[in-house]
Amino acid sequence: MPEITYREALRQTLRYQLQNDDRVFLMGEDIGAYGGSYAVTKGFLEEFGERRVKDTPISESVVTGAGIGAAMAGLRPMVELMTINFSLLAIDQIVNNASKLHYMSNGQITVPLVLRMAGGAGSQLGAQHSHSLEGWFAHVPGLKVVVPATPYDAKGLLMTAFDDESPVVFIEHTALYAAKGEVPEEPYRLPFGRAEIMRQGKDVTLIGYSGSVHQAYRAAQQLAEEGIEAEVLNLRTLRPLDIEGIVASVRKTNRAIVIEDDWKFGGFGGEVVSIIQEEAFDYLDAPILRCSGSDVPMPYSHDLEQAALPQEADIVALAIDLLEGVTR
Amino acid sequence: MTMANGKSGTLTKRDGTGISDDQAVALLHRMMEIRRFEEKAAEMYARGKIHGFLHLYIGQEAVATGAISALRDNDYVVSHYREHGHALARGLDPKRVMAELFGKETGVTGGRGGSMHLFDVSKSFLGGYAIVAGHMPLACGLGLAEQYKGTDRIAVNFLGDGAVNEGEFHESLNLAAVWKLPLLFIVENNFYGMGTAVQRVSALVEVYKRAEAYGIHAEQVDGMDVVAMHDTVARLAQRVRSGDGPVFLEAICYRFRGHSMSDPEFYRHKDEVERWRALDPIEQMKRRLFDAGVIAEADVARMQEEVDQIAQDAAEFAEQSPAPSRESLMRDVYARSPKLEEDGRA
Repeated sequence: MPEITYREALRQTLRYQLQNDDRVFLMGEDIGAYGGSYAVTKGFLEEFGERRVKDTPISESVVTGAGIGAAMAGLRPMVELMTINFSLLAIDQIVNNASKLHYMSNGQITVPLVLRMAGGAGSQLGAQHSHSLEGWFAHVPGLKVVVPATPYDAKGLLMTAFDDESPVVFIEHTALYAAKGEVPEEPYRLPFGRAEIMRQGKDVTLIGYSGSVHQAYRAAQQLAEEGIEAEVLNLRTLRPLDIEGIVASVRKTNRAIVIEDDWKFGGFGGEVVSIIQEEAFDYLDAPILRCSGSDVPMPYSHDLEQAALPQEADIVALAIDLLEGVTR
Repeated sequence: MTMANGKSGTLTKRDGTGISDDQAVALLHRMMEIRRFEEKAAEMYARGKIHGFLHLYIGQEAVATGAISALRDNDYVVSHYREHGHALARGLDPKRVMAELFGKETGVTGGRGGSMHLFDVSKSFLGGYAIVAGHMPLACGLGLAEQYKGTDRIAVNFLGDGAVNEGEFHESLNLAAVWKLPLLFIVENNFYGMGTAVQRVSALVEVYKRAEAYGIHAEQVDGMDVVAMHDTVARLAQRVRSGDGPVFLEAICYRFRGHSMSDPEFYRHKDEVERWRALDPIEQMKRRLFDAGVIAEADVARMQEEVDQIAQDAAEFAEQSPAPSRESLMRDVYARSPKLEEDGRA
């Protein structure tokens, strides 16, 4: 199987969609002549032309809304918002229109929109460019929220997003675009709502997604050296959420740590904890722990930023304490 | 419709444009239907049959009636939250609109949308929206889709004067202009954004001039004159259809009732309301048709009976309709995705 980057995996699906479905078109800020802020759409304007690849004004709200409107009229637009930070300027369209139109219209209208954006921190981009707001979108009924962690996820989940009749918020991680992994050449689709067991284990379940699942994985490797076998769950989608998969893993390991880059207070990890205690309380041998970002606007300085983000060492320490019965 | 004097073509212009007498009478009839429907809705609200917000269109009937009568059946209509008039002008069934206000299963959206969210895709009526200016980007997208498909279908976007200070208004005008989208924006300038007078919050009170700043052809029209509305929109819709990009129309009008049912109207003087009532679009049209000898008092009386009956039937239908089942609560949060179901991914 060829090894390609997360960026290339996304490109392969977008090219496939453009080549195979005339209803699909792409629009966003600097996706054409510039080639995309993260170079995901580089060369597409030359290959597919201005009808299919549209550079837009810096007007997140109308660009998102126009994507919704075009979807209402039977097309399959892919809107790229560059980064999740700019999605705040389109939040009215996403929350008041995209998520609600199917329901409010009693099923008359569908909004098959794919809304891509890059999220996450760790690149010293400062407080306004380092958000992990996927939990906000996952909070809204009517939206699907996809958070690919690997090139394999990226290609297969994006394929599925284009087959979904509901709006899909597809959140990539800025630090992962250059990450490599094995990806089949032919198109394939990964189901929403089904987590991947990245590593089997029996002692504790480490639950993560997107960037954080890689830290969980590396932490699990370190824990193995200490004789602790951690199971690593890659959620892949936050909504729908693989409740069954999470519960099955916790029933096996009897312990769980939820890891996320997002702020802890009110973060998505709290929802996962809540579900585990509702569905698997009797199987728990220890409190469910969380390893989250610090509740602070992201600082610029490298040391401060790293201090604000969950680290492998933090996950390792939490897991060891859990297994040893240390109360925090 | 039999005319009182058997004349025809009184309102047709010399150049052959404009409307026939039959069309003129139909416009009056539609405005009377909307007026009576809204009065009935107010009555039903007072009787506790309708809840939530209820924004009546009384006074502005000429805008929706004239404009929509000039469109093709498959042109998209996207409206704001004071949209009962647009829905009825678009030919939505008054019974099902009233049932929606009652929150009943038989409503146009099964009781899920309510007064501010009427939809009927079969009539290309793509909604009432309750976030000021938030529907404008959608209209841009509908126009974009038709441009992409290469059709000559256009999107008509009604908004209020309150929308013009929202960012989405400016983003939408700019995008529509730069991409030459087939869009007709119609601002219903009734001089108040809820209870705030336009001149108290707008640096430029002539709304149409804002569109000119984006290089968009813009006009003003007397929104109390249904014939002027029809003629202007017919001409502008043709212009939009030709592919030259968006057009912006400011319709000067006035709402005779409060912003919603709970509005005590402290912000405007009764004399002002009375001055505008003298320009009532329905009374103006009646006089015009009387003067032209197209209709007589008896015709109006018969039309009034007809619209009374329509409103009454609508209220009875709504009253007798069942409420949606509580079991249906979670239906349609997500759309069914046949392609995902095929291979078990849904």
